[in-house]
Amino acid sequence: MPGKLKAKIVAGRHLPVMDRASDLTDAFVEVKFGNTTFKTDVCPKSLNPQWNSEWFKFEVDDEDLQDEPLQITVLDHDTYSANDAIGKVYIDIDPLLCSEAASVISGWFPIYDTIHGIRGEINVLVKVDLFNDLNRFRQSSCGVKFFCTTSIPRCYRVAMVHGFVEELVVNEDPEYQWIDRIRTPRASNEARQRLISLMSGELQRKIGLKVLEMGGNAVVGYLQCFDLEGESGLVVRAIGTACTLDKLSSGAAASINTHMHPNTAPASNACNSPSKDGKEPVFTEDLPSSSGPPTPFRALPTTSSSPPPFSPSKPCSRQSSSSDTDLSLTPKTGMGSGGSAGKEAGPLKTLLRQQTQTALEQREFPFFTLTSFPPGFLVHVGGVVSARSVKLLDRIHNPDEPETRDAWWEEIRQEIKSHAKALGCHAVVGYSESTSICEEVCILSASGTAAILNPRYMRDGCLDIGSSDHRFEEPSPPSCGFCHIPYDELNMPFPAQLTYCYHCRRQKVPDVLFTTIDLPPEAAVTGQGCLIQARLCRLKKKAQGEVNATAISNLLPFMEYELHTQLMNKLKLRSMNALFGLRIQISVGENMLLGLASATGVYLTALPAPGGIQIAGKTPGDLSNEHHILAIQKRINDTIAKNKELYQINPPELTEEAVGSPIPEPRQRSRLFRSHSESSDELSELDLSHGKKDAFVLEIDDTDAVEDIHSLLTDAPTPTGFYSCNTEIMPGIYNWTSGLQMFTSVRVFRLSNANLTNQGLNKIFTDLCENLLKSLYFKLRSMIPCCLCHLNFTVAVPEEELIQVAVTAVAMTFDKDQSQEKPGDRAMTKGGSENEEQLQFPLELCAESTSANNQPSAKIPGLQESTNVSSRAPSVDYGSFADRCSTWLELLRLKAHTIRRGSVKTSRRTQSLARSVSSSERCSPLPEGRSRSLRSTRSFGGSSVTVVKMTPLSFLPGTRIVKYLGIINMFFIRETTSLREEGGVSGFLHSFIAEVFAMVRAHVAALGGNAVVSYSMKECVFMENPNKNQAQCLINVSGDAVIFVRDTDQEATPAQMNTGQTCNSGTDGAT
Amino acid sequence: MSVELDVFVGNTTIMDEEVYQLWLDGHTVNDAVKVRMEGGVLDECEASADVLLSDTMDQYRTFQMCERLLYSPAKLANQLLFQIPPHRQAMLIERYYAFDDVFVREVLGKKLSKGTKKDLDDVSAKTGVTLKSCRRQFDNFKRVFKVVEELKGPLVENIRQHFLLSDKLARDYAAIVFFANNRFETGKRKLQYLTFQDFAFCAGQLINNWTVGAVGENNMVEDMDVDLDKEFLQELKELKILITDKDLLDQHKSLVCTALRGKTKAFNEMEANFKNLSRGLVNIAAKLTNTKDVRDFFIDLVEKFIEPCRSDRWTAADMRIYLTHYHNSAHILDTFKHQVVWDRYMGVVKSCIFKMYHD
Repeated sequence: MPGKLKAKIVAGRHLPVMDRASDLTDAFVEVKFGNTTFKTDVCPKSLNPQWNSEWFKFEVDDEDLQDEPLQITVLDHDTYSANDAIGKVYIDIDPLLCSEAASVISGWFPIYDTIHGIRGEINVLVKVDLFNDLNRFRQSSCGVKFFCTTSIPRCYRVAMVHGFVEELVVNEDPEYQWIDRIRTPRASNEARQRLISLMSGELQRKIGLKVLEMGGNAVVGYLQCFDLEGESGLVVRAIGTACTLDKLSSGAAASINTHMHPNTAPASNACNSPSKDGKEPVFTEDLPSSSGPPTPFRALPTTSSSPPPFSPSKPCSRQSSSSDTDLSLTPKTGMGSGGSAGKEAGPLKTLLRQQTQTALEQREFPFFTLTSFPPGFLVHVGGVVSARSVKLLDRIHNPDEPETRDAWWEEIRQEIKSHAKALGCHAVVGYSESTSICEEVCILSASGTAAILNPRYMRDGCLDIGSSDHRFEEPSPPSCGFCHIPYDELNMPFPAQLTYCYHCRRQKVPDVLFTTIDLPPEAAVTGQGCLIQARLCRLKKKAQGEVNATAISNLLPFMEYELHTQLMNKLKLRSMNALFGLRIQISVGENMLLGLASATGVYLTALPAPGGIQIAGKTPGDLSNEHHILAIQKRINDTIAKNKELYQINPPELTEEAVGSPIPEPRQRSRLFRSHSESSDELSELDLSHGKKDAFVLEIDDTDAVEDIHSLLTDAPTPTGFYSCNTEIMPGIYNWTSGLQMFTSVRVFRLSNANLTNQGLNKIFTDLCENLLKSLYFKLRSMIPCCLCHLNFTVAVPEEELIQVAVTAVAMTFDKDQSQEKPGDRAMTKGGSENEEQLQFPLELCAESTSANNQPSAKIPGLQESTNVSSRAPSVDYGSFADRCSTWLELLRLKAHTIRRGSVKTSRRTQSLARSVSSSERCSPLPEGRSRSLRSTRSFGGSSVTVVKMTPLSFLPGTRIVKYLGIINMFFIRETTSLREEGGVSGFLHSFIAEVFAMVRAHVAALGGNAVVSYSMKECVFMENPNKNQAQCLINVSGDAVIFVRDTDQEATPAQMNTGQTCNSGTDGAT
Repeated sequence: MSVELDVFVGNTTIMDEEVYQLWLDGHTVNDAVKVRMEGGVLDECEASADVLLSDTMDQYRTFQMCERLLYSPAKLANQLLFQIPPHRQAMLIERYYAFDDVFVREVLGKKLSKGTKKDLDDVSAKTGVTLKSCRRQFDNFKRVFKVVEELKGPLVENIRQHFLLSDKLARDYAAIVFFANNRFETGKRKLQYLTFQDFAFCAGQLINNWTVGAVGENNMVEDMDVDLDKEFLQELKELKILITDKDLLDQHKSLVCTALRGKTKAFNEMEANFKNLSRGLVNIAAKLTNTKDVRDFFIDLVEKFIEPCRSDRWTAADMRIYLTHYHNSAHILDTFKHQVVWDRYMGVVKSCIFKMYHD
């Protein structure tokens, strides 16, 4: 009985009128947790009832505390008929389970009804008394902190990065159960909301367990997704990076550097925090008291005969979960198979463990969901690795099905891993997974960036490094090191044009670099970056089952190829040479596939200048044609010149060789793509015949090509005063002011013309995206100069003739005048020293973690079983396809570069100094006081509602995050049967999104926070039936609730910003 | 091929003041787009008409969603649905409750009933204010009227607190409520030349001096600022002595004439008309006990006093000097005992006439 949950219902306000006769409401409240329900008294005839209830106490297991939400239902008492529900509030009490997060939840929550939306508000107080529980066989993982943020959260220091954690749980979707035919839409929606809330809780708990097993205390870059598989069920899955985090004292939180400086001079210390020299680095004193002592955990993996719940093997922990939650509908047989898999895995695992334990390569999945890292962590970046696979869904209540889902992901991850290996890399960073489902077809995608991480920190006992690692003779400069090729020059995995690094001249770099991570803050860039998108539509025939899946998987490689060509062209058109934050989304619909690739283009100073684009005609004799070509060529050249100016790309010297990488010719394509199943084959099959060509050549041989070029040139430039990127920070802009506007915009386009061509579709889709961007710029024009950061596009094909595009991003103002004039040298040197000292970032590669991750052996039995099953239920998997951007880069003439070093240096300096300002804390590029005086630092003084800022970024400019209050992960359904009356589809969705924002803000405020960082809308499923006047929408959002203070303010400020209650505890915790 | 759904939702609700005004003025989305295009927004932002349409629709939707909250502006501050900075909230409220003087002039003093609302299309046609805007303004009047009707305490303060309006706007609403409550006649042809601001000023005078609340001893009476002080109206009858007593009338006249002689070109007309004018003003006072005559207060002032003076071509200065002496001289009359009532009456009438005496 390790926890006591207490809830108190204080009051309500703005309640709807439930009794038409009196225009009033007789409201009372039911408070439910698990199977226990309490009721308040009825507060008669009031729209602003004061209940002031007693404390309702629930005595529960901490396991339940993690899984279950507190459910508050407001009802209207009716003497003669059934009581009418006004609405509900679900409160996730997870933040209260971690001693470092919130200590009380208190505030006004919107009362939400899935049919009517928000109907008034209710004031609630929730507390948890948690008893220490040293039971090491427990199923809960209270105290493990979760962060959506994909970097090390500010105000924490990482003591150890343990690695990849993943989990998935499956269930039947209540919407598709037989009972749904007889219950009301409201009941069905509520069942769904509740189930997903439960499943997320369960998932989080299980991930937490894995983290504890690995010896960590936190999950960073936690990414949870839902797959609404319709008839076949509901999958909730999550990935993340397990870490051991130390909380920085609030003084040190201001600047990590100052914290580290005094103690870290000797490099030998580098792996461990100065505060705990010689101690086991895995656990820190900051670990919540509820988690057990470190030793048992460390010991665990060696005793693999320990009870199943604690076995590190993945199947086992899943199995245990299915038995301990009555809600999970996984049939009992699943347990058996899972268990057996675990047993069989045992000996194999030990064997494996004995063989190799230390190197990162030996982990099952050396993946990291992080996208930005402490300086020095990232040594080299190889390029983007991605894998896709097309699957046919089958009903989940097949006994082995949950394992099947797992096996699917397992395959994809293996493929990613092998791609990374092919690139000479031992790790994948910026890793993410996604799905696209249409009817019974599901595309699973995973992508990341192959990388080499600092070898010094891959060691087991990283403490005793004699700094004797000479694998890399001299540390590469931080501003270019990551660009250097990780693979062997003589034995390149794919053709690429290598040159000596333009920055340090010592190592080779590729001509173009694509990554899924954020631009490392210490990287040297020239000019500003910009958003680059490739968009593509492909029609496909309507089909069923396996035929359909085959058709899709045949289309995929072509789409990827085209998207890459587009990206490459657009990159060159902007005279840039690297992409960061690359995200390629492929969405499947009944009769088409949509592809959208977004990334932030940058000119990396270390990489060679991109060559131009040359147009070539197929028929040289035709004079008019030649004329035409010349005209296009001129336009392209003009555009490139214009863009150079626009993005201030003035590289030190425009090198004598106008080199670029030619694209492979069409005939070559087919070969390339046939090979997608086996990555190694693919490499050997590449035709390098284009190595001789000088520039990026586009051949105009048909209308297609003309169309392509046309679309290339019609991308409207961002209006003056605007910048845009899809990464956390905008390369080239470092002096943010505090103006902030997070927004979500959704558009649905109906294609009425039935016989569209691919070309026509492409045009429509491109226009849709472009117009959406234009609208955003227009809307936000009052913020100029500003930058749209983290522009995150999501595309979907909700119905046959609909295309849906959703964008969430944040507009941030910056100070234009200051952009280029930051004092350089100081920052530069500081940045340098940081690198040396901050590399306290041991990757945990100790035996136990390796074993925990070494699942291939454990997996084999399960895998086989699932294959048997899938032979019954056809599963297609031809489509997995490796996509390495650099694959298409052709060899450059390896000309000798004579570079005037002086000029290189100048440009480098300006860049790095500005950047190091941002890197040092990234939130306060402005001198104090400055940020204050600037516009949009609004004083919301008069309002009684706490102002909650929201941003998809991990920071708020001009502020310091002093405390993380816990993860926000909310799922809502809204449905209407009076669509017209609610203002049509737009009115309906508009109010729903506004309601979701309101509920997120209310929860954050109740936790005592004043902002959500790393906010994202992960799901927005919209369905309509205008004929029936109906619509339904599902939205899933997540983020980290935080308390921030302005850089200029003193510690105590959160108390003032908050209307009340919890702020004290907040500041206490921070100090 | 069409955009089926198009929404933009900001964490801080984005509102364009220009679009808000167009919405308040009752323009359709398409009209609003036209107006904005002519205003040149597009040029400064390199946008297209589609963008403008999308933005306008979006803003209109936002306003429609906010409208419900604006019915009781206090809610706007503690609702959770829209995060709107306080200064924006104030702007939203102030503009929502703002009205067109031409429109209010048409309904001033009318009963705020369904019947009046039905006639709004005529008003709209006459004033050029869109019907939608007329309805909003009319509903605002009605809403404010209903709320303050049931409240105790000073009218202006109540309006300001309940609707979070600026002082100026609260006073205007107080005037509207006051006129609607007492059903003053303002629509007659002879009153057409008077603006709403003229009436609002007069209403302020009446509220501050002639109502129950004006006396000041009891601050917490219902309708204290809306209903005229019955006792006072009764006492006004006593003033009749100024015209019924021949001696008093003559004495008053000679006092005034002595003071005015040589000071104005219109002296002859003043002297000749003194008895008529004095009778007019005192009779108005004496009749105010009848509700019907209260309603005709302004028309009476115009007919019995302002029009004769105007036909004699008095200047505003003439009017000022005449009324000042007319008022003050009564204090010197030793047989006239009703100085307090006289002051309370003449103070208001004087300032009302000053305000109303223009072309």
